Amino acid sequence: MKARVKVMPKKSVLDPQGVAVRDAVAQHGLPQVSSVRIGKFMEIEVGESGPEAEAKLHEICRDLLSNPVIEDYELEILA
Amino acid sequence: MKAAVIRFPGSNCDQDCYHALQESFGVPTDYVWHKESSLSGYDLVVLPGGFSYGDYLRCGAIARFSPIMKAVVDHANAGGLLIGICNGFQVLTEARLLPGALVRNRSLHFICEHRFLRVEATDNPFLSTTQVGQVLNVPIAHGEGNYTADAATLAELEANRQVLLRYCDAQGNITEAANPNGSASNIAGICNAARNVFGLMPHPERACDPRLGSTDGKVIFQSILNTLGFRAVA
Repeated sequence: MKARVKVMPKKSVLDPQGVAVRDAVAQHGLPQVSSVRIGKFMEIEVGESGPEAEAKLHEICRDLLSNPVIEDYELEILA
Repeated sequence: MKAAVIRFPGSNCDQDCYHALQESFGVPTDYVWHKESSLSGYDLVVLPGGFSYGDYLRCGAIARFSPIMKAVVDHANAGGLLIGICNGFQVLTEARLLPGALVRNRSLHFICEHRFLRVEATDNPFLSTTQVGQVLNVPIAHGEGNYTADAATLAELEANRQVLLRYCDAQGNITEAANPNGSASNIAGICNAARNVFGLMPHPERACDPRLGSTDGKVIFQSILNTLGFRAVA
């Protein structure tokens, strides 16, 4: 089973990296840029598959790959 | 009494903590490797600063699952004194032993300099020898010390007097200019509701020896030792 995990800082959490990159984008020809948010993208390959493995992946996303205090995750299961 | 300094791969303030406890206060102190599973016999457990597991994923995120952490959680739940300094504070929030999280400094810069801290509460084992409003000169050294939590959590911390230290100026004023990293409400250190777990970004262990420019960090260790009934030999 292959999975993709996207982890993004919550909207309510200041993302200083995003702010710095936003300012750089403005200086690179898009002065009207209003927001840049920076997160993480992970590709995961596991031997297991099926609903149990998917549930386990969600658990791992919540407990390890993201910190729910400051981040949200999206899990996409590929074939 | 006995103290344990936990060592993760990438810990780099373990020797500083050991030196402060063993040399400055004469406390019998052991290093405990992260693969150990027991902390029985220790009255104080210290999670030191550094870059555990290279800060991969998030600071403290992987250390939190080290074998020793089960014993650390058990120690805390049994009421044992636990202090996490810098990366140790990050590990404590990742382990949910303390609320909130530490994110990238507002400036994006790693900051290594002396800062002033104001004591906010003394009804805890970590600052019992200080006065509310006392100003401590203690160094900070971090890139991810920007304390954040949702509004409800911050309100609860304030209501329960769990905010123990705030960044301030030399006179003790809590100002935006005195906030090095963007932390909510200038928070530099907090404790749990039970008041036996303390996390702080500044390094009191680097302010225990006059050769290092300040001895203001000693009050934190002295408070802990008084709580545990240990008479310093030094």
